[in-house]
Amino acid sequence: MSHRLKPDQYLVLLAVMICSPVGDSCLRRGMALLPPISLYDPGALIAAIFTPWIALGIVLLIGFFASYLTALSWADLTFVLPATAFGNVIIELISYFWLHEHISWQRWLGVFLITAAVGFVAQGPSLTTHPDPNAGRIPSQVPPPSEAS
Amino acid sequence: MTGPLAAAGMIAAIVLASTAGEVLTAAAMKSIGDLDDIRAHSGLPGAIRAVLTCPLFFAGVFFLALAFFSLLFALNHLTLSLVGPAAASLTVITNSVAAKLFLKENVDRRRWTAAALICVGVYLLAH
Repeated sequence: MSHRLKPDQYLVLLAVMICSPVGDSCLRRGMALLPPISLYDPGALIAAIFTPWIALGIVLLIGFFASYLTALSWADLTFVLPATAFGNVIIELISYFWLHEHISWQRWLGVFLITAAVGFVAQGPSLTTHPDPNAGRIPSQVPPPSEAS
Repeated sequence: MTGPLAAAGMIAAIVLASTAGEVLTAAAMKSIGDLDDIRAHSGLPGAIRAVLTCPLFFAGVFFLALAFFSLLFALNHLTLSLVGPAAASLTVITNSVAAKLFLKENVDRRRWTAAALICVGVYLLAH
């Protein structure tokens, strides 16, 4: 079981890690620039979709979902999960380096634990392979598909 | 005032719907096959068609939407500082259990350790 990723598959996982937190940040910034929107004024909510920051956020979140689905097509769910969790780390880094927010030691510890988890999983195989039940049998012993099931 | 039992029920609803959505989506993508290969043979429209013609995918999206609306409902009754970390960290564990049971993934010691670290890490990030 030695499923190793190709360089372009690492790029897909990088997109999973980056697109979601950056997309959420764009949505948050875009919504903060708008006046308060009432649920009784759905037109204002639809108009908000076409403002630059929110449009960019939506494009990035669509990119996240597309890369997440792509990753699930060649990797285990439990292999991809740490990549999605790493989005939390990126939000913390954006908060610290870009927004100059204070990060408590508990949150730095959280960043360290999630980063360690990603490192743990990345060392292992990306996909579970199940042994072929017919391996080692000569063709005459292999049951036809209807019997095998 | 929401009691502890009702709060636990709301968080459980988010976690269960989210886990069902993730597992069904993962099962759908495994049944479709490597999207990179499909895109290489049939182009991007072929890859999109392969996803959109898979019923399991829509079942997954249905449960993910259910998880989203369960989250909105819970936020109407409970604080974000309780719902956010509780749902996010528990979902990591339930996803790992469900992936082992239903997707037959090899969740070895390395992956259990990672799930536990993420669970604690997400909890700490919310404090």
